Amino acid sequence: MRPPAALRVYFLRHVQVALNSLGRLYRAPLASLMTAAVIGIALALPSGLYILTDNLQRLGSQWDGGANLSLFLRHDVSIEQAEALREKLAQWPEIERLRLITPQEALAEFRQLSGFGDTLDILDENPLPAVLALKPAAEATRPEAAAALKQRLQALPQVELAQLDLQWVKRFNALVDIVQRAIWILSALLALAVLLITGNTIRLEIQNRREEIEITKLIGATGAFIRRPFLYSGLWYGFGGALLAALLLALAFVQLNAPVRELAGLYESSFRLHLLEPGQWLLLLLCGALLGLVGAWIAVSRHLATIEPG
Amino acid sequence: MIRFDNISKRYPEGRDALQGVSFHLPAGAMAFLTGHSGAGKSTLLKLIALLERATRGQLFLDGENLTRTGKRKVPLVRRKIGMIFQNYRLLFDRTVFDNVALPLVIAGHRHQDIARRVRAALDKVGLLDKERALPITLSGGEQQRVGIARAVVNKPPLLLADEPTGNLDPELSRDIMRLFEEFNRVGVTVLIASHDLDLIARMGHPQLRLHQGRLLNPEVLAPPQ
Repeated sequence: MRPPAALRVYFLRHVQVALNSLGRLYRAPLASLMTAAVIGIALALPSGLYILTDNLQRLGSQWDGGANLSLFLRHDVSIEQAEALREKLAQWPEIERLRLITPQEALAEFRQLSGFGDTLDILDENPLPAVLALKPAAEATRPEAAAALKQRLQALPQVELAQLDLQWVKRFNALVDIVQRAIWILSALLALAVLLITGNTIRLEIQNRREEIEITKLIGATGAFIRRPFLYSGLWYGFGGALLAALLLALAFVQLNAPVRELAGLYESSFRLHLLEPGQWLLLLLCGALLGLVGAWIAVSRHLATIEPG
Repeated sequence: MIRFDNISKRYPEGRDALQGVSFHLPAGAMAFLTGHSGAGKSTLLKLIALLERATRGQLFLDGENLTRTGKRKVPLVRRKIGMIFQNYRLLFDRTVFDNVALPLVIAGHRHQDIARRVRAALDKVGLLDKERALPITLSGGEQQRVGIARAVVNKPPLLLADEPTGNLDPELSRDIMRLFEEFNRVGVTVLIASHDLDLIARMGHPQLRLHQGRLLNPEVLAPPQ
């Protein structure tokens, strides 16, 4: 255990080194900004694509009728029984909302939409069954969950046929899946790029400060003492890059928001572009800082050991 | 303070820099190390500061066997030694104050403590008024005094100097040597490598004479049997 005073000195030292490293970057603003900008672009790209797919998914879930289920009831089910079933199903958590379409309503709708009005008059009785149109809750729209829900509904005695527009849901989700996987690959590659950028920048900095490193080693500096400023530099590069990435995303958002609203308005949709949650912004900054730190660590562990005073 | 037991050093390229060197420099003593360039003076100092490792023999510093010191302990050994160089080895992008403060910063001293000690060290070498100056603006003699202040600021028990007056004129050299004597008078052990024979002879401290890696006068600071 360190005594508290020593611990305080230790933390104070870290704060000092962190600020010194920041000051060093500030004194070479153009070079620092360029490194941070490259990191920023590398971080903004996958983040932007993530936001894009996130919005696509939101759009998909907003799309009424997309993942709808229709329950065609048996002919011998009366209106009262159908109404009772509706009330029962309304209690299910997997179902967000449902509506009962009586045979009369269905016939009226059909008459209006099909144009077979006169022909229908020939029929003695209404051939159409009562239908429960229901919309699954958000968590039940994934293909497997939606299929499972369909199975359960099909098993109900009053139900003749449960029909799910599954193809559409499946295709859409498969597409989003592919895009998301591509984003993961891209993210991994760009994270690697960030590591290389910071690593290389820190390597150059180590070379520039070779004399200083040798002298401090001569005077009895530990490896940790010598590493520290370089690690903080890497941390700041990554953090600065993430800040720039956030700025780029916000700018892109501002550019896209108005046209998207307009388009949504034309479709009479209330859809709005959605940026990141506060926690996700934080995650972006954290990832940037961490990548910078790891990149610096790689450079430091490869290049510092080779510098020995002679 | 320093004890060499039959130390040999051969560099990887095959050159024998030191061969069978034995001596003992007691705590509080002051001695010179002389010899032509290439005689092994710098190698001997480097072995003490663990900048090089002996090929054979035992080396003790302050009772610690340096031949067994692990890599992680090297910085702690170096903190016991104040080192002074011919070319001063100052950091030219930092003020005199920051240069002298470096050993204290490395050792993790408190801020107020650092300021007090740095000023005391600068006062001793007569540069108290230059603490805000950059080293490049100082003369050679002044730069070397900054180097000395940095070497003594954390009060190490041993000072090692490698040709400290090599770049200085005779008068400045005498001043620097007097400064070393002052530190020696308050108990610091001092070992100085120098080929300024006239100056050394007048000072009257023991001399270790190296020639082609061998000690010519092993009787001067012979280890106790």
